[in-house]
Amino acid sequence: MQATIAVKVWRGTSDGVWQAFDVPRRDAQTVLDVVTHIQRHLDATLAYRFACRVGMCGSCAMMVNGRARWTCRTHVDVVAPEGALTIGPLGHLPVVRDLVVDMAPFFDKAQRAHAAFVPTATRHDPFAVVPPTSPARRAADAGIECIGCGVCYAACDVVDWRPDYLGPAALNRAWTLVNDVRDGGQRARLQAVAGDAGCHACHTHQSCTRACPKHLAPTGAIAGLKRATARAAMRGEID
Amino acid sequence: MTATRWQTWLWLAQRGSAAVLALCVLVHLVTMIVVVQGGLTAGDILGRTRGNAGWAAFYATFVLAVAIHAPIGVRTIATEWLGVRGRAVDGVLVVFGGVLAWLGWRAVAAVTGISG
Repeated sequence: MQATIAVKVWRGTSDGVWQAFDVPRRDAQTVLDVVTHIQRHLDATLAYRFACRVGMCGSCAMMVNGRARWTCRTHVDVVAPEGALTIGPLGHLPVVRDLVVDMAPFFDKAQRAHAAFVPTATRHDPFAVVPPTSPARRAADAGIECIGCGVCYAACDVVDWRPDYLGPAALNRAWTLVNDVRDGGQRARLQAVAGDAGCHACHTHQSCTRACPKHLAPTGAIAGLKRATARAAMRGEID
Repeated sequence: MTATRWQTWLWLAQRGSAAVLALCVLVHLVTMIVVVQGGLTAGDILGRTRGNAGWAAFYATFVLAVAIHAPIGVRTIATEWLGVRGRAVDGVLVVFGGVLAWLGWRAVAAVTGISG
C-alpha cells in the first residue's frame, strides 16, 4: 500500500479546475474520508456535502474516477488500488461550488413526473389492505427503497443528451406509485411520464441499474412505465 | 394530436414495426440462403417473383415496416446527437420515411414486375 493517495479534486463552478492533493493512505479508508481529510487538514475552503456517513442519506454522491458513487460507501482500495483518485461533483447537475451540486433540477423532475402519492382516502376510512404477495405490491417493493441520491441520474446518458428527460429516479418513483392501489393520480401520472421527456426516451442502456448503490433496477421500472403508457395510449388516455 | 400522444404512438409504432421486421428479415434471409444453395440464378429468382402477388405483398410489408421503423430511430439520433428538436425533428422523420418508402417501393416494383 502506498503511503499517500494522489487526489485530484474539482474546484470552482462549471468552469473550475482540478486541484491536486496528497492524502495519507489508511486502512479501510473511504473516498469520503479522503475528501474530509482534505477539508480539515489541507484546504478548509473545500466545499462538499455529506450527512450520515453510512449510506442512508444519499447526500455524499460524487463522481469518483468518472463514475457516480456514494463516497461514504466507496473504499479507496476498491476504486483506486494504484493510489490515484479523481473526485468531481455529481454529473448532470449545476455545480454550486467544488463538490457541491444544486439538486433542485433533480427534485423538480420528480415533481414533473408526479412522483408523489395522491391519497384517495381520509383518516376516517379503514386502512387499505394490500396483500404483500400481490403482483402490484411486489412491483412497488422492487423500487421503493430509493433514497434520491442522484447517482442514477448522473450515470444516465439520456439525461446528458436530453436535458428535459425526467431521469431514472423520478421514473422509478413514478412506477412504484403506478403500482400503488391506494393512489388516485394514475392517469395524470402516466400522462406526465409518457413521451420524449419521459419513459419513451430511455435506451435501456442500464447505466442507472449498474450504478444504483441500493441495487435497484430503474431500467425495469421504466420498462413497466412503457407498457403502462402504451396501454393507456391505446385506451385513448394519453392526451 | 398533442406532442405526448404523438411521441407515445411513435414508440408503439417503432416496437410494432420491429416485430414485423424481425419476421420479415428472418423469412428474407432464410429464403435467400435456401434458393442460392439450390443453384437458382438471379434470372431464375426474378422469373419466380415477377407477377407473384404473394412476394409482392411480403416485400411491400417489409418496405412499409422499414419506412416506419428506421425514421423513428433517426428522429431520436437527430434529437440527441444533433440537437434537432420540435417540429424540425418530425420533419426529419417524414422526409426520411418518405425517401425509404419510395426507394423500397421501386425495388419491390422491379422485383415483382408491378408497375411502380
